[in-house]
Amino acid sequence: MIVELWFAIPKNVRVVLIFVLAIVLWQVAYVVLSPPEFLVPSPLKVVQRIVSMPEFFLIHTWRTFYETLVGFTLAVVIGVVLSILVISSRFLEETIYVILVAFNGIPKVAIAPLFVVWMGTGLAPKFAIAATIAVFVIVIDLVLGFRSVERDMMDLARSLRGSRFKTLILIRFPHALPNLFAGMKAATTLALIGSIVGEFVAADRGLGYIIMVAQGSFDTVQIFAAIVLLGIMGMVLFFFVEWVERLVLPWHVSMRDVGHAV
Amino acid sequence: MSVYVAARDVSKIYTSRRGNIEALRSINLTIGNGEFLSIVGPSGCGKSTLLKCVAGLEEISAGSIRIQDREVHGPPENLGIVFQRDVLLDWRTVIDNVLLPVEFRSGDRKEKLSRAVELLRLFHLHGFEQRYPWELSGGMRQRVAICRALLDDPALLLMDEPFGALDALTRDELNIELQTIWDKTKKTVLFITHSISEAVLLSDRVAVMKKMPGEIVEIIDIDLPRPRTFAMRETMEFGALMRRIRVIFESLGILRSQP
Repeated sequence: MIVELWFAIPKNVRVVLIFVLAIVLWQVAYVVLSPPEFLVPSPLKVVQRIVSMPEFFLIHTWRTFYETLVGFTLAVVIGVVLSILVISSRFLEETIYVILVAFNGIPKVAIAPLFVVWMGTGLAPKFAIAATIAVFVIVIDLVLGFRSVERDMMDLARSLRGSRFKTLILIRFPHALPNLFAGMKAATTLALIGSIVGEFVAADRGLGYIIMVAQGSFDTVQIFAAIVLLGIMGMVLFFFVEWVERLVLPWHVSMRDVGHAV
Repeated sequence: MSVYVAARDVSKIYTSRRGNIEALRSINLTIGNGEFLSIVGPSGCGKSTLLKCVAGLEEISAGSIRIQDREVHGPPENLGIVFQRDVLLDWRTVIDNVLLPVEFRSGDRKEKLSRAVELLRLFHLHGFEQRYPWELSGGMRQRVAICRALLDDPALLLMDEPFGALDALTRDELNIELQTIWDKTKKTVLFITHSISEAVLLSDRVAVMKKMPGEIVEIIDIDLPRPRTFAMRETMEFGALMRRIRVIFESLGILRSQP
């Protein structure tokens, strides 16, 4: 009964309701347990903080958003190019893929200071770190997609006497698009992590920078405010990619029932 | 009838770490110009491999395959293929799937558009041009795949168990549609199937294959009058031809007549 009522509510409203419920629970727990504010503040306080300094938070949020977006875009472009190279020859497959896998074993957080040494403390190292962290998942997913074209479909392409480029454009790439989008969705979060790591190492702006400064003065409310904004940003990026996916892949199995589900 | 496809002493050996597998052994087969030739055999007898060799998709290990006196090395021109699975592109509409060959050779879509629409009409798909493959039934999808293979009006049509994944009624329907098209166009057809009755219904000749190694055991002339109908399947002549093929399979131990 309750389940039916719940699913009668439009999906978007349901999502908002879940958030409201979580915040209410947080507030109730805060009132009941009343922890010291420097450990866990009340959600009301956090929201008040954000609202009281809209311009301040907007500037820093925008900075982190910008770094993430550029890093993400770089990751997608580089990832697509690398994936095409990997599938285009045995030699490149062995070299690029092996290097990439070896490189991915290194925690990218450990490389972040190196980027700062190389590129300074401006935007460039943040772009670079975000892109480096996010690119791997795109290559893995896209290469998988390129390789999962059925044997018969490749035979069809060969029998039509098309060039390898034609086969890539007409068959392999569209076939792998669902995989690319899966990789891109994972990459949004990874790019966000990358830009925060960059800001932790050296920055004078951004939500990561705010967190570092607030940590120094035990301003927990400020830290929570930045974390909430980061959460919202991650969601916006993720759902943006998913929205584009629906526009681009109306034919895909995972998208087909969207029409009547929403 | 002039010879269109000629396979001479064709063998195909797959080498793997566990040893060699002889997929085809000394295949000798000719297909006349405009002839409908079927190959029947149990699964794994190499009939699909033979088709792929004719299509230039697989290299042969020995012997030669000639299409109109030209040795096959890689896919030749003027060829249409239909696979068991329709291999339609999910992201393209029906009409765009049929027009795929044009895009592969960077041709002008407009030139072939009316031909594509005409083919779809012929296969009772009029009005479905703008649908996506997943909106169609299995039989309709395979019809689209056949239209795609026929777009460039190829002289040679290779069909690899094209109706094997369809239900019996749809299969019957498509058999008749295929026969009608073939009657009009008289293309050279190499048709792979494991259904004896389908082979007898459609073909001028039926080549019977055995497995391990894949060899042609016998080639049988099907001298039933055309156009063929389902009613013919109940005739003595049809039954006799079916029995002849079945007896070959029984003698090879592929079919057992006693339970």
